[in-house]
Amino acid sequence: MSRSRLAAWILIGGPIAVFSIWALFDNTRLYLVTLLNGLTLASLYFIVASGFTLVFGLMRNVNLAHGSLYLLGGYVGYVVAGWTGWWILALAAGFLAAALAGLLMQWGILRHMQGQDLRQTMVTIGLSIVVADILLWIFTGQVYQLEAPEWLQGPIREIPLIRAYGAFRLSLLGFGIVIGLFLWWLLARTRVGMMIRAGVDDRAMLAAAGVNVNLVFAVTFALGAGLAGFGGVIGAVELSMVPGEDIRLLLASLIVVIVGGMGSVVGAAIGAIILGLSETYGLAYAPTYSVVFTFVILILVLAFRPRGIMGKAA
Amino acid sequence: MSAAQWRRAMNGGLAAAQRPRPAAPRAVPMPAPAEEPYADSDAPRWLKYLWRTLSARHVFVMAFVLVFPLVATPFFTFQVAAQSLVLGLIALSLAFLAGYGGMVSLAQMTVAGIAGYGIAVLGFSSSPEISLRWPWWVAVPAAIAVAVLCATLIGWLSVRTEGIYTIMITLAIGVAFYYLVLQNYSVFNGFQGLRELKPPTVFGIDWRAPVPFYYLSLACAMAGYFLVRYIVRAPFGIALQGVRDNPRRMEALGFHVVAHRVAAYALSGLLAAVGGVLLAWYNALMTPGSVGTGWMINILVIAVLGGVKHPIGAFLGAIVFVLLQTFAIDVIDRERFNLVIGLVFLAIVLFSPDGLLGLWAKLRSRFGPNQVLTSTQRRHP
Repeated sequence: MSRSRLAAWILIGGPIAVFSIWALFDNTRLYLVTLLNGLTLASLYFIVASGFTLVFGLMRNVNLAHGSLYLLGGYVGYVVAGWTGWWILALAAGFLAAALAGLLMQWGILRHMQGQDLRQTMVTIGLSIVVADILLWIFTGQVYQLEAPEWLQGPIREIPLIRAYGAFRLSLLGFGIVIGLFLWWLLARTRVGMMIRAGVDDRAMLAAAGVNVNLVFAVTFALGAGLAGFGGVIGAVELSMVPGEDIRLLLASLIVVIVGGMGSVVGAAIGAIILGLSETYGLAYAPTYSVVFTFVILILVLAFRPRGIMGKAA
Repeated sequence: MSAAQWRRAMNGGLAAAQRPRPAAPRAVPMPAPAEEPYADSDAPRWLKYLWRTLSARHVFVMAFVLVFPLVATPFFTFQVAAQSLVLGLIALSLAFLAGYGGMVSLAQMTVAGIAGYGIAVLGFSSSPEISLRWPWWVAVPAAIAVAVLCATLIGWLSVRTEGIYTIMITLAIGVAFYYLVLQNYSVFNGFQGLRELKPPTVFGIDWRAPVPFYYLSLACAMAGYFLVRYIVRAPFGIALQGVRDNPRRMEALGFHVVAHRVAAYALSGLLAAVGGVLLAWYNALMTPGSVGTGWMINILVIAVLGGVKHPIGAFLGAIVFVLLQTFAIDVIDRERFNLVIGLVFLAIVLFSPDGLLGLWAKLRSRFGPNQVLTSTQRRHP
């Protein structure tokens, strides 16, 4: 390990360690509950942002309609859960609806302007305005809250030190890990994943090797959008759905991928953990300045690693 | 070396190497010096310059905007014309950055909002425990200076990355500022915001009355417009366009690319800050909603709607935007304005990336004599 790296670790890790020791002695339960809150929030952020970074990494397409896809998934999940009463079905429906919407976007519009980054981004901005307004039209500005499935309702008791913690909230951690493992398996162990990784590195070469790049793009876009919808159904239970949530999750995804490094799923995980922890610790220990913490992290990362923690040169 | 010579030198070197292209993307609408008809007259230089560049349509537009408030109703003067001018000025700052600097920043509304909040906090508002009650001739320059400083910082942060990343980072900064003013009550008064922001009464004129406010906005907007027109022909502006087209070549020529970009952010910050102060006076209030994503994106919509190839596009876009905002609600439901503006924006981006100006140029080149847009188009290396 080089000296500058060591210095960076000490400079960043030192204050965090001091704070942790102080907080542990001061109020152990608050510290641990906040840690769990942060990690579970990070799971939600990871699920949403991993789709964003996947799309960006492959297509260099900043999909600013990602938040709208999140909201779409949440609302569809709500409707399906109301019809069938099955939460798992709602989860699948949210994923499918957002994936379908993403597929339509990619095949209908974005495919025709491949390589024009800025124009694609503008199109997604326009789409996000339109989708947000249509959703507002249908569902009005009311707050919707999806019920957690019965087997995840209520708190889990008798955890050492913490005492009780919401079962659904804790299950978010599981969702995040499962999605992370699934993405790792998909990208590292399957043929489609191999194509996606190859496309991230060199699109033209992949096409020259005889792969239908447009198909790979469409699959990736659908998967990324679907993850946003999946996150939407989970968020509908944990956070509630109301117009404006799309912007919040879009901002979270942006910060996660800027901090973590664009196009890297591992970077998304790291960025999500940093953002989730800093938000919840900020809220617990310095409520007025929680946004400022996030912002300071963003500035620090940009100042020292402009491409993010796991980012590679474009 | 003057700007014109500089530009000719750069274009001349390139012209030989390039394959012939269609007429549209050439710059240089400046007449050659040999054609100058009044070279031997005694009139001062600026007068000759004006005579050379002015045409009938300039005089017509000028007369129209000056006479407009005298014939129009106060509603039109204030709600439509003045609002278009103010929004156009903020959009102009984005159009300058995007069209001549190649950087699309969504944080221009944030800079304007910082200036607006600055005037509210430093000057007068309905919250006496927050406002510092400085006189306007201190508060206005101070607010603008703070906003320009913030714009420079935003620029310094976002030029560390390139192209498509800029839009993400500026969006993140803008939304972070939105949440900051939403959650902070000690300085920004949270969700309530600051109200009753009044322009000062100077020379016995109430500057918030429709006609004076219109002329105030018109003066600021025209100052901004001509500033941009001047800057893009000055050596700095030419170098900036070089940086936009090929940063590596400019770097090799010895230009400081980052410094040019940050300076462009600072200049556009000045335009946005003036617009922000005017907007705060126009609305008479600053709330988190006025710096939210909705308005950040609206400024982008206005700039793209008009076209970023020429400074006039920003004002054109603003007029269309305000007219849609004002009159679309008569045709459809008031709540569905976002749907309309979103669809219009989509249509423009999909079918005419250069906005209404691009559409106009296309029509001109099809039906009229060959006409060029002033700003050079981006060359793909």
